Amino acid sequence: MTMSKARKLKFEIFRYNPEDPASKPRMETFELQETPFMSLFIALNKLREEQDPSLQFDFVCRSAVCGSCGMMVNGRPALACKTLTAQLESTIRLHPLPAFRLVGDLSVDTGSWFRGMTERVQGWIDEKAPFDPNAQEERMDDELAQAIYERERCIECGCCVASCAVANTRPAFVAPAGLNRVARFMMDPRDRRKTGDWFEVFASDEGVFGCLGLMACQDVCPKELPLREVYAYLRRKALTGVLSRKAKPV
Amino acid sequence: MKITDVLVIGAGLAGERCAIEAAAAGHSVLILSLVPPRRSHSCAAQGGMQAALGNCAKAEGDNPDVHFLDTVRGSDWGADQEVARIFADNAPIAVRELAHFGVPWTRVRPGKNRYHIKGEQVEIDEPADKAGLIMHRDFGGTAKWRACYAAAGTGHATLYAVDSQVVRLGIDVLDRMEAIALIHDGERCHGAVVRCLRTGRLDTVLARATVIATGGYGRIYGGYTSNAVINEGTGAALALDTGIVPLGNMEAVQFHPTGLWPAGILVTEGCRGDGGYLLNAAGDRFLVELEPEKQELASRDVVSRHMMNEILAGRGVDSANGPHLWLDLRHLGEEHLTTRLREIYEICRDFLGITPWQELVPVRPTQHYSMGGVRVNKDGQAYGLSGLFAVGEAACWDMHGFNRLGGNSLAETIVAGRVVGMSIADFVARGGPGPEAALAASALAAQQARITALAARPAGGRTLYQVRDEMGEIMMNRLGVFRTGDEIETAVADLQHLLREVSTMGLRSSSPGLNPELTYALRLPGMLKLALATALGALARKESRGAHYRTDYPQRDDAEWLKRTLARWQPGAEAPDLSYEPVGLLDLPPGHRGYGASGHVDLPVTLEEYNQGVASAQAAQGCLETKEPIGARLRPGAWRGAFSAPS
Ligand SMILES: Cc1cc2nc3c(=O)[nH]c(=O)nc-3n(C[C@H](O)[C@H](O)[C@H](O)COP(=O)(O)OP(=O)(O)OC[C@H]3O[C@@H](n4cnc5c(N)ncnc54)[C@H](O)[C@@H]3O)c2cc1C
Ligand code: FES
Repeated sequence: MTMSKARKLKFEIFRYNPEDPASKPRMETFELQETPFMSLFIALNKLREEQDPSLQFDFVCRSAVCGSCGMMVNGRPALACKTLTAQLESTIRLHPLPAFRLVGDLSVDTGSWFRGMTERVQGWIDEKAPFDPNAQEERMDDELAQAIYERERCIECGCCVASCAVANTRPAFVAPAGLNRVARFMMDPRDRRKTGDWFEVFASDEGVFGCLGLMACQDVCPKELPLREVYAYLRRKALTGVLSRKAKPV
Repeated sequence: MKITDVLVIGAGLAGERCAIEAAAAGHSVLILSLVPPRRSHSCAAQGGMQAALGNCAKAEGDNPDVHFLDTVRGSDWGADQEVARIFADNAPIAVRELAHFGVPWTRVRPGKNRYHIKGEQVEIDEPADKAGLIMHRDFGGTAKWRACYAAAGTGHATLYAVDSQVVRLGIDVLDRMEAIALIHDGERCHGAVVRCLRTGRLDTVLARATVIATGGYGRIYGGYTSNAVINEGTGAALALDTGIVPLGNMEAVQFHPTGLWPAGILVTEGCRGDGGYLLNAAGDRFLVELEPEKQELASRDVVSRHMMNEILAGRGVDSANGPHLWLDLRHLGEEHLTTRLREIYEICRDFLGITPWQELVPVRPTQHYSMGGVRVNKDGQAYGLSGLFAVGEAACWDMHGFNRLGGNSLAETIVAGRVVGMSIADFVARGGPGPEAALAASALAAQQARITALAARPAGGRTLYQVRDEMGEIMMNRLGVFRTGDEIETAVADLQHLLREVSTMGLRSSSPGLNPELTYALRLPGMLKLALATALGALARKESRGAHYRTDYPQRDDAEWLKRTLARWQPGAEAPDLSYEPVGLLDLPPGHRGYGASGHVDLPVTLEEYNQGVASAQAAQGCLETKEPIGARLRPGAWRGAFSAPS
């Protein structure tokens, strides 16, 4: 990557501290000299360390694997740690992700949202038998293991949720990350649940049929998860679920 | 005030696996974490998890005996061999249990598979009868392929599976909640004072058993670490602040050969395991000559030293940020790099704009793992304070000694989670004194006073972050891959100066609520104490063992130093007190590791003589009584028949 002449960057950052009765939501402007390979992780820490020690934001891994640093970068959800300033204009606008409760400034409560989602979609293996410490592991085709891993790669950053028109207006919507999670367990043969058991969670307006198909989620997903495929898979499953229900009423 | 049976401080793999065990036994469990559990550093582990399942062709004949041998040798005989035994024996069970929890392990593909071994492309027939079992990849310092993996996202997949069990069991997790002090009466631990990282408010949690599972403290190396920004050693500092509980082997700090340069992000050892190799500026594979046997897959301490030597000899690649070496992955090809090493491809692309099947990757050794930590007995109980436990990277359970083998840490988190979790369940069931509200109130008041005093100090002078950066420079430059007495001495003096400086520093920000500056101000003195314990331990240890390499004492000295450093910090003191205990019962006699330099000073006594004094010497240092007598799990001599056993 080549770096043209060092730029002066202008940051317009959303500020609000809910713990401070005097604080009002507002935008604040900061300036910073750009350096080679500067990421928003580096930039925001520099701002906090040198200019405003009260600035709130979240980073953990700083390598795009933990999902902590989702924020709106020029109006688009992104991982701040892997966004290099060189990819952006010299004025950079940062807002917290919508659809999540605000903790302060750029920090939002994705943790509670994702725990709630996991509880709601029952995002765990409902195993067929108790664990036997003396038995060999159940076999699995490597192709299938890879396919499950492909869904499993979601890092719960919340970018897809923030980009989703439905999730932003209807809190009950399972949202892209939730649907992806359902698909991940549905395709896992270690799970004993049948398609019908998932029906309520995904085959309704709060699930895959609530999706308007705008596909912003797939566009913004920093891990490039194939969400379009996930929805197609779930719709197919919903359909076969309906058909098999008709065939075998219970 | 909250009350629970078990308080687990830390929601990484070790803390959560331990919590599951205690909750499954019917106890109430509360987990604290600085961040949502799935963001813990465990999620960043890439390469794999060691367990001797012996599934693929290159793992044939593997078993826990060989794993035990590799682990003890890897530790350069600094490990507690009984713990290494418990670990190796339980790893296969713990890994299979993860399959049961839903980890999408990469599986054996029967028939012809193509691999890269020592720079050559080879075809190996994977046996049809092993089709679909958990696959292994090669890692450094092991006799067999043993690392189980889920592409290059092993930590992520594992943490998600374990956390989903935590959710399923309905275990309470308070995220954005930091333990800032332990509540204890000098003999027993009763819980912790906690600070909410949303509101800044303090509270107390009373518990019958308290578990430190806070991960490593790589951030005392400033930016020179592969660790997450939350790996600030708060848990080890909590223990040190009691003045009672010692930290073990703080000078044992691991450097990983392949930190992406200059970003510091880790490039997994799985890259070398899958056939990637290192090149100097001239394009030479220097390790072929230096380590003919294991080449790139000698243990991490050995490879890191060879790399630094190469750089010091002027054979590094010049760059604006200083010299580095190359990791060559080009021959592995696009398909391999976008499937089995996918996360590495993404890191190269996102952070350096590099396509790893076309371009070389710039790397340099970086701080990576904390072998030292809260010293515990084999049941995971902290020395000196009943009711306090530690697991995972925060603990010095001590199966890693002076060098951890790649893949042994993830495996430790889940094995220790099971083993220590059971001993906690047992401890709580046996009862003992209940929580004491009066103690909680005074501990809370003391922390409140600490914060008030901090806020009252005048601001001005240097910032906390400048002190942090200086600490990082000291640690990397004088307590790095190579160490020498003179330099460590200056490091000690400088760190003590920094510790005095922070004790007078005020805050620039008085913002109510979380106040990130206050949060950091509460942690930084603890980090400096950990740094000092590391430096003083390294200064006193006049030998080289594993990752601790003294250029002025290049030999491993088993006559003098087959012992573990313990560091305690008396309240108000300027430095920790150091004392020593034997490493544990010896089963595998000290010898050559099979890679690296072969010289060492022999143990002057027989194994029997050494072993005789171990239990009493450790008890004298505060080791609490274990459920089973010391040595009960050792299976003496079982390694004799194992593949690659020393003659
Ligand atoms: C980049 C990288 C790659 C790695 N790859 C591998 C690998 O391939 N194989 C392998 O075996 N090992 C690997 N390791 C090492 C391994 O990942 C770690 O040692 C292991 O995950 C540590 O787990 P843990 O549960 O002990 O701690 P962590 O996962 O670090 O969890 C610590 C927890 O403690 C919490 N916490 C900390 N302080 C407090 C406090 N005061 N109050 C409340 N909560 C607190 C944190 O929020 C967090 O939840 C790797 C490490 C790194 C850095
Ligand atoms: S900090 Fe972990 S994803 Fe950005």
